[in-house]
Amino acid sequence: MAASCVAASELLQNMKLISGFYPKASCVIRRISTTNARCDGQAQPRAKSAPQQLVGVVGLEIHAQINSSTKLFSGSSVRFSAPPNSLVSLFDASLPGTLPVLNKRCVEAAVMTGLALNCTINRKSLFDRKHYFYADLPAGYQITQQRQPIAVDGMLTYSLLGGKKRSQVIRKNVQIKQIQLEQDSGKSLHDDVRSQTLIDLNRAGVGLMELVMEPDMSCGEEAAAAVRELQLILQALGTCQGNMSEGQLRVDANVSVHRPGEPLGVRTEVKNINSARYLARAIDYEIQRQIDVLQRGGTVQNETRAYDSKSGETIPMRDKEGLQDYRFMPEPNLPPLIVYEDNASLPTGIDACQAVVVQKIKEGLPELPSVKRDRLVQTYGILPEHSFTLVNEDGLVEYFEEALKATKKEPRKVIGWVTNELLGHLKQQDLSVSQSPISPSALAELLELQETGHISSSVAKQVFQEMWRSSGKTAQQIIQEHDLGLVSDTTQLHSICQKVVESHPDEVHAIRNGNKKVLNKLMGLVQKETKGRADPVLVRAILQEKTS
Amino acid sequence: MLSLTLKEVSLALREGRISPTELCKKCLNRIKKTQHLNAYITVTEELALKQAQQSETRLLQGLESCFDLVFLQVSLKVLWMESLLLSRTTSAPRISRQLVPPRYYTPPYNATMVQKLLDQGAILMGKTNMDEFAMGAGSTDGTFGPVKNPWSYAAPYRDTFTFTPQKNTGGSTRNPGALCGVVALKPTYGLLSRHGLIPLVNSMDVPGILTRSVNDAAIALGILQGLDVRDSTTVPAPSSLAELPENFDVKNICVGIPKEYHAPGLSEETLAQWSRVADLFERAGAQVKQVSLPHTQYSIVCYHVLCHAEVASNMARFDGLEYGHRSETDSSTEAMYASTRHEGFNDVVRGRILSGNYFLLKQNYQHYFVKAQKVRRLIADDFRNVFSSGVDVLLTPTTLADAACYQDFTQEDNRTRSAQEDVFTQPSNMAGLPAVSVPTALSRRGLPIGLQLVGPALHDKKLLSVAQWMEQRVGFPSISDSDYSRESRNDPRMTKREQTSAV
Repeated sequence: MAASCVAASELLQNMKLISGFYPKASCVIRRISTTNARCDGQAQPRAKSAPQQLVGVVGLEIHAQINSSTKLFSGSSVRFSAPPNSLVSLFDASLPGTLPVLNKRCVEAAVMTGLALNCTINRKSLFDRKHYFYADLPAGYQITQQRQPIAVDGMLTYSLLGGKKRSQVIRKNVQIKQIQLEQDSGKSLHDDVRSQTLIDLNRAGVGLMELVMEPDMSCGEEAAAAVRELQLILQALGTCQGNMSEGQLRVDANVSVHRPGEPLGVRTEVKNINSARYLARAIDYEIQRQIDVLQRGGTVQNETRAYDSKSGETIPMRDKEGLQDYRFMPEPNLPPLIVYEDNASLPTGIDACQAVVVQKIKEGLPELPSVKRDRLVQTYGILPEHSFTLVNEDGLVEYFEEALKATKKEPRKVIGWVTNELLGHLKQQDLSVSQSPISPSALAELLELQETGHISSSVAKQVFQEMWRSSGKTAQQIIQEHDLGLVSDTTQLHSICQKVVESHPDEVHAIRNGNKKVLNKLMGLVQKETKGRADPVLVRAILQEKTS
Repeated sequence: MLSLTLKEVSLALREGRISPTELCKKCLNRIKKTQHLNAYITVTEELALKQAQQSETRLLQGLESCFDLVFLQVSLKVLWMESLLLSRTTSAPRISRQLVPPRYYTPPYNATMVQKLLDQGAILMGKTNMDEFAMGAGSTDGTFGPVKNPWSYAAPYRDTFTFTPQKNTGGSTRNPGALCGVVALKPTYGLLSRHGLIPLVNSMDVPGILTRSVNDAAIALGILQGLDVRDSTTVPAPSSLAELPENFDVKNICVGIPKEYHAPGLSEETLAQWSRVADLFERAGAQVKQVSLPHTQYSIVCYHVLCHAEVASNMARFDGLEYGHRSETDSSTEAMYASTRHEGFNDVVRGRILSGNYFLLKQNYQHYFVKAQKVRRLIADDFRNVFSSGVDVLLTPTTLADAACYQDFTQEDNRTRSAQEDVFTQPSNMAGLPAVSVPTALSRRGLPIGLQLVGPALHDKKLLSVAQWMEQRVGFPSISDSDYSRESRNDPRMTKREQTSAV
């Protein structure tokens, strides 16, 4: 159970967190500390012996900001952190007489996302008004797709790493109920001191895809893995930048608990989660809280709760008190949204450039992360968990493949360098792959020197460090400057080995009595003498000869 | 000169019989003389004279050949957005106050319709009065006081402007058109852009056109119609409608007389005119037959459910945050909303918002809104069935009778009035069909009576051709300057008829 948790956390370790709460260094190896992991896979043995165990049920509602240059219904630009109210059209501020004009790019993004998530694309979808009064919602209603959304009935497949060696890939599915297009709201800034609320409408009207996931998950870790997979898919498609801390991807979790086989329990909605790691924590906290409430004989309230990342708790949200009636009604200013199967199905008089054609979007779908991982495992013979690490990091697959081109070293050996040395250094300094001071070809050159026996593996690591520090120098240059080349002068090695053998009679005795492992210790001592530069094959041969 | 049609004015200008500036001054003078009617709330004299000057320059440069119309005089209902006038746009006078000194909302952009007019060299005379947010039937519920019918004094509608874009949701173009003796066209839904029009019922609002003659309406429609990228509900114009055929033959036309329009309250005089015109058609060789639109009686109640629901939604934006009036109350955002909206809307608007929100509640939605939509479909099907059975146009009264007097009118509340006044006009709005009211005769009281023609969607040109044929034969008296100068303000019989002009 513990092993599986750790493995899964590794899948998540590379998630980019720009959150200020976490120091950069902690990114190297990060584990999600789940308060009480109760995922299906692990709970099963226990569930058999104790069928009355309460388990968590988790569904997600995800708002993904569409990566488009203009808003969903107006020509205003979309940009994060622009000066307040600088990206607001007359329509965005809901001036009387203004009308919505649908952005084709947003529709295409939703269709593309729907296709990537195996959804049925509705040929005809409808827009509705959802009414509520809030200061950052200028029109008093949000235009959304309540009755007939653009895409329905999809499936997201995500993976957890399980098993003792964390190498067993456990595939899981979560159903996507629907994807709907809708407007984002503006932002409210509450100034408690002056009891004022400041409104920024830059975000008002930006296109969102709301993805509704069925309650097919059972713990925070699964939810976080599903969200991570979604994030990778959206980024691969380019339909959403997927940065949670900038609010491009916002996740609300519907959490309840029940005993397997019984109807679902009363659910709460957990909001205010701005990273995948917090998502996992918030959900596990909430599951445990609900179990505690029920075990004390209480009842779970249907309410909205906010996650407080400092305390790690969920707390009831005050402003959502009372029953909301959104008074949905059809949006009368937008005709039904029609998408076409292929160019042949376009009615006459419709310009192909103006229409959204599903077939065309399907043809343009890029390689999805799961396909990419399978390809990497099959093509290069690397371990599945390595394929996850590669795909999780933007640009790392390309780096890896680029490096492979310039070295004869086996991919299975190169992968260690990429996922440990390179990624470790990048994380430590919070750099992206494209910012790496060591280019793929430079790394390949280094690995080639090791492969052809010019340097030992420990020296190779030393050289790597040096290359990282003094960007631009080649491995060859560093080896020469620091005299790190492999010592294969037999006479010199003989005398070093002789010295080691003479000063360690006990070890030599042990080897002669059949404990061959002790030879490694002597080899280590020789390497220490030569600062790791001795040719290990020669050293081993010499030592064997001297201890036989 | 002020009684001429667009075409005649255009010719006179080209031939140099009158200059744009002279004409403009005559109009402004007429508006001043008819101030007591309370028709205009803003007169843009300076701007109009400037535009007239520009028009004159264009004429001199011979650029007029680029335009069918060198010169248009236009008055705008206050519903329209246009940035040129520092005016009192918005039927939301209270809620939209405060933005611009002294008290009125100045829109920062031009409506598509306004822009199209300006592009054609139109000269804006000003903005006219109306009920708050166009919610009413008699222009008696406006912030600027009631509007008086020109026929009780004179005829500004016939004299001071050549045409006026209106907004037609239930009957707000055709009713005043009929009662004031001018041609009033509500084109097919989607043919004219609503961008820049303060909405009442988005799914029914159609910009309406008031003109002196049917041909003027056709010319105006030709200029204004067509796709607008800013309004996704617009449709391409089926034909470039320039002018109507001079000698249209009604021999092959089938005129339907819907029996359901023999409604209670229909005045004898209006009924007589209806029969007279039906006979005119028949004698000219048209086929005239009785038809049935069985769901007509449900139209008005459905209209109210749908209208109130959309009003509740459309008015949600007037919260005092982005523009307009904001209450002093600042104990909380919710309290500020509540008192802003309480102070900003009149009783009629508030009443519609409350009932509209009630209809949209989750528990009521199916029962009211969806049911009303279904009946709306049946009403549209009624029309479709009649038109597919070979009928080309429907001939009906526009209003129950001639204009009511102010005291009688205000006896009933706004809702009842709307129901009475819109009974013949709003079914075609429910179905999105083109309809035109043509002045037909004067009643015994000397007030105009109009009849309405309704056609199938996008057959606006054919409808107008039939309307012009009718116009040429009904012999509606033209009002002359001598009629205008007939000062009757001191006549006690006439003061009772100071009603009605608008929405």
